[in-house]
Amino acid sequence: MGLLNRMGTIIKAKMSKLLGAAEDPRETLDYSYEKQLDLLQNVKRGVAEVATAKKRLQLQREKLLQSIQKLDGQAQEAAKANREDLARVALERKSAIFSQVEGLDSEITGLEAEQAKLVAAEQRLSTKIEVFRTRKETIKAQYSAAEAQVKISESLSGISEEMADIGTSVERAENKTDEMKARSAALDELIEQGTLVDITRSGDDIDRELARIGQKGSVDSELAKLMAEVKR
Amino acid sequence: MIIRIMGEGQYNVKGSLFDILNKIDNTIVENVQKGDEKAYRKNLSKLISTIKSKGELIDDKELIASDIIVPPPDMTFKEAHDVFRGTGIFKD
Repeated sequence: MGLLNRMGTIIKAKMSKLLGAAEDPRETLDYSYEKQLDLLQNVKRGVAEVATAKKRLQLQREKLLQSIQKLDGQAQEAAKANREDLARVALERKSAIFSQVEGLDSEITGLEAEQAKLVAAEQRLSTKIEVFRTRKETIKAQYSAAEAQVKISESLSGISEEMADIGTSVERAENKTDEMKARSAALDELIEQGTLVDITRSGDDIDRELARIGQKGSVDSELAKLMAEVKR
Repeated sequence: MIIRIMGEGQYNVKGSLFDILNKIDNTIVENVQKGDEKAYRKNLSKLISTIKSKGELIDDKELIASDIIVPPPDMTFKEAHDVFRGTGIFKD
């Protein structure tokens, strides 16, 4: 079975969960409307959560930039005191922190995209809820239960599909935010312990070794430059 | 024919596009089965860009059901696997 067929089945299953089975179809409208408002609140909460997670990463980024500055100063002092070994350690730490900053940058960009998506979803859903509310009131006022049944099915499945879609978006955003939270908590711990230099970023052994070689090269050249400046 | 791109909205598309989309869909299934993530990414974005370029975005004020549901453009390879296994967020 194709991906599109599978997606269709998944959404239909989610939709049927959203539709309560009421005796009078007009009650189904009210029930759905309540669910819609709940979902809208959920989306709003999702937006706030993503914003908070982003803020946290931005604060971490600032902290890391401060330590980069500090390590720069330390490296210079060490070089002045002719302690090449110490200067090397400082520059190595700096380089490790720098790669963390780059990682944070891409995570922050990812969260920004996530936030934009949820804000768009929120707008789409509020528009649809408003349309649904008007239609619901008209149907309830003008039609008998039997007539309402015919009138509501299209609107109801239209809005339920939207809800199933947006519900999935919110869940995905939550998962991403949770992942970020866990990673930023781990990063906080490393910053506090001062062991940031030891962490190896994701990837296999070869990736890590290559990263180390690249890092070593940049540390070597920066160290040479620093020592030359001091000797001048 | 009405197509929903998850997370993006609904598009009105000519029925004649069905065969083309079906072909891309089959390729995506193959990509996932073979573990070819790069090709999967390429074909998923091809599927979505085809719909967007040939279709017309439906107004937010419309409440209609779709004929086809297309996964979100940023669906990861792992999530695509989950779809076929019936696990994760995309379980039914």
